[in-house]
Amino acid sequence: MNVALVFLAAIGAIIFWWLAGQRLTSKPWLEASPVQAVAGEQDPPVLAVKIGLYVFLGVVGALFSLSVSAYFMRMEASDWGGMPVPRLLWVNTAVLVLSSVALQWARREARLGHMEILQPMLAAAFLLAALFLVGQIQAWRELMSTGYVLADNPANSFFYMLTGLHGLHVLGGLVVLGRTTARSFVADARQDRLRLSVDLSAIYSHFLLAVWLLLFGLFAGWANDFVDLCRQLLNQGIPG
Amino acid sequence: MVEIPSGDAGTVPSAEVEDVELYHPKSWWTKYVFSQDAKIIAVQYSVTAISIGLLALVLSWLMRLQLAFPGYFAFIDADRYYQFITMHGMIMVIYLLTALFLGGFGNYLIPLMVGARDMVFPYANMLSYWIYLLAVLILVASFFAPGGPTGAGWTLYPPQAVLSGTPGGRDWGILLMLSSLIVFIIGFTMGGLNYVVTVLQGRTRGMTLMRMPLTVWGIFTATVMALLAFPALFVACVMMLFDRLLGTSFFMPAIVEMGEQLQHGGGSPILFQHLFWFFGHPEVYIVALPAFGIVSDLISTHARKNIFGYRMMVWAIIIIGGLSFIVWAHHMYVSGMNPAFGFFFATTTLIIAIPTAIKVYNWVLTLWRGDIHLTLPMLFALAFIVTFVNGGLTGLFLGNVVVDVPLSDTMFVVAHFHMVMGVAPILVIFGAIYHWYPKVTGRMLNEALGQIHFWITFLGTYAIFFPMHYLGLLGVPRRYYELGETAFVPPSAHTLNVFITVTALVVGAAQIVFLFNLVWSLFRGREAGGNPWRATTLEWQTPQTPPAHGNWGKNLPVVYRWAYDYSVPGAAEDFIPQTEPASGVTREVVA
Repeated sequence: MNVALVFLAAIGAIIFWWLAGQRLTSKPWLEASPVQAVAGEQDPPVLAVKIGLYVFLGVVGALFSLSVSAYFMRMEASDWGGMPVPRLLWVNTAVLVLSSVALQWARREARLGHMEILQPMLAAAFLLAALFLVGQIQAWRELMSTGYVLADNPANSFFYMLTGLHGLHVLGGLVVLGRTTARSFVADARQDRLRLSVDLSAIYSHFLLAVWLLLFGLFAGWANDFVDLCRQLLNQGIPG
Repeated sequence: MVEIPSGDAGTVPSAEVEDVELYHPKSWWTKYVFSQDAKIIAVQYSVTAISIGLLALVLSWLMRLQLAFPGYFAFIDADRYYQFITMHGMIMVIYLLTALFLGGFGNYLIPLMVGARDMVFPYANMLSYWIYLLAVLILVASFFAPGGPTGAGWTLYPPQAVLSGTPGGRDWGILLMLSSLIVFIIGFTMGGLNYVVTVLQGRTRGMTLMRMPLTVWGIFTATVMALLAFPALFVACVMMLFDRLLGTSFFMPAIVEMGEQLQHGGGSPILFQHLFWFFGHPEVYIVALPAFGIVSDLISTHARKNIFGYRMMVWAIIIIGGLSFIVWAHHMYVSGMNPAFGFFFATTTLIIAIPTAIKVYNWVLTLWRGDIHLTLPMLFALAFIVTFVNGGLTGLFLGNVVVDVPLSDTMFVVAHFHMVMGVAPILVIFGAIYHWYPKVTGRMLNEALGQIHFWITFLGTYAIFFPMHYLGLLGVPRRYYELGETAFVPPSAHTLNVFITVTALVVGAAQIVFLFNLVWSLFRGREAGGNPWRATTLEWQTPQTPPAHGNWGKNLPVVYRWAYDYSVPGAAEDFIPQTEPASGVTREVVA
């Protein structure tokens, strides 16, 4: 559960940092009347949807960190076998990176108000993310045809489950991104709404890219090297 | 922070909210069925949760009948008994308590108490309820599925949960259970985002965090915890579904079932326990923190006294929320884990007692020299304190590894958790319903019926669960379908079991009085008026009772003070609403 605890510690730090700015040491019983501005009246205003998205990303983060914790715990068993990383995953990773780059670009153009560049960028991001999903399914098929089926080995099981879970989250993002893209082609769409949708889609897709990179590192075995390194450092610190 | 110019006499203009932000219902269907109004959604959540809770109550009757009169009721065989246990536990913990505190009270109270017109994402809020209902229906469907519901115990430990020896293990039962949980978690996440973001972003002008009623603090913190803890259950459910349906071995070790070697191998049942309790322990506080918050408000209001140590109460809620994530393995002392871990988790477990004890002291000190009105909400709140202290103290015993190991599989544990997270939160729920029913419906609940309900419930639950501690100390095991011939269980234990069962039947039946009261008072109850308890918090200051769509009429309320200005020296009345500007009252400040 170490990964989950590290994740929780990070969330805890964010909560603590936020709470530290909330005057939790004030004595509300002594201060009738002074009215401070509260949420929604800050300068510049933070939109509720954006906060909502960040909270949701926290939930998704918890989901993946717990799955990865389970991965590491299950890995210690003797029946853990290796699993090759298909070449295709490299291509998929590149595609997902490009999708995120396109969205980031779209986000910048939307901020600057260049709506004509926005449309192709959004469409490109959408298509690339869809391509990523197709690529992932292709990678599954390749693995299955070479005999790495789901139930044979826990490493395989985790690979399919984690990529599936990640794929479903990409798919959900794709639905929203599709709607945003469609809206950008509507002539009289409200600019501020569109800008917000692009913004949110970009944040979500960057987050899923980060999750994917971590998962990819996990499957490629780099994460294990990292964990071994941590263990060594820890063991050196604790005599005996 | 933006400075807001104050007008004459220290009043501040209220924040203008665009009318278009609110979804307006257009037909009967969108107003009462597919409603996006948090208040309607709250009632829908509550009615669904209480209905399914009644089913779980009946299941507990059936269990008790078997324990008192083993073999007397032919239809309760061993399989059914385990199915009743499992469903009773799962329904009560998740589909009743979690859904009612967060979905029910959270939806009703958060927007009203922080001065918002509605939740920030009303559409997701509506979806949340319907997905919850779907989860409940999937759960109920398992009663009618071939093989019946799962009988794996509410903890659903593998490998037994998915084997043929367990009812529902190789049938539909476990599949429906896991699916139902997954659906519940998806629905809850939608609602949970609403509760959190509404507290963060929906507060009205002047409502700083430290002016929020403790109810909101409790529900808010519990929701944050639930959002972080439920994913653990989600992952565990998905992995177990893989094991059961697709033949993977996440949790399944090599196993021989009915003389046949299964395909699984190498999986770790302990891994499931870690995931389950990583959710399971925070879940205790997901239920307890809203209860803590609500009880603070009930006590303060009905003792006409400000809550003692408000700041400490807020900090304690946050600290309990944080600590509850690092105690999960105290549910696994008997799983054969490393004793050093046991020591660590025992320590963190006992540390949690400190903030919890602070809360109990503060409740008691709030009562001290208060103007205590023994109204029904107050009675339930007092009963809660007593029950919670009792249940909490046995928790201190069980938190120690050496005490837990011999007691872990006995009725002592059953008694402990029923006191601390069964009866105690339920008492708060009753108190809260008696307290807020007038706001929801505009009418008071009947006092006499309420008194009958209270005394039978309060004394009855003690009569049920107190002797159970003793049974546990005698060594009477839990989870057993029947005791049979045992040398160490004296005949008096059987007599005691009969007593407990009879009491349980009576207490359960007494809830009919409560249900009757709910329905009867809806039509015949005394008109309540806007603020029958003369309370300070915002929900009692709405222009209409029950509050109309949008809660506040044209202007949002402005908050000038904290939620607990009761019996302020020098003030004309013994309560000052949060919306009252400073100039409206004279008071001497003693620093």
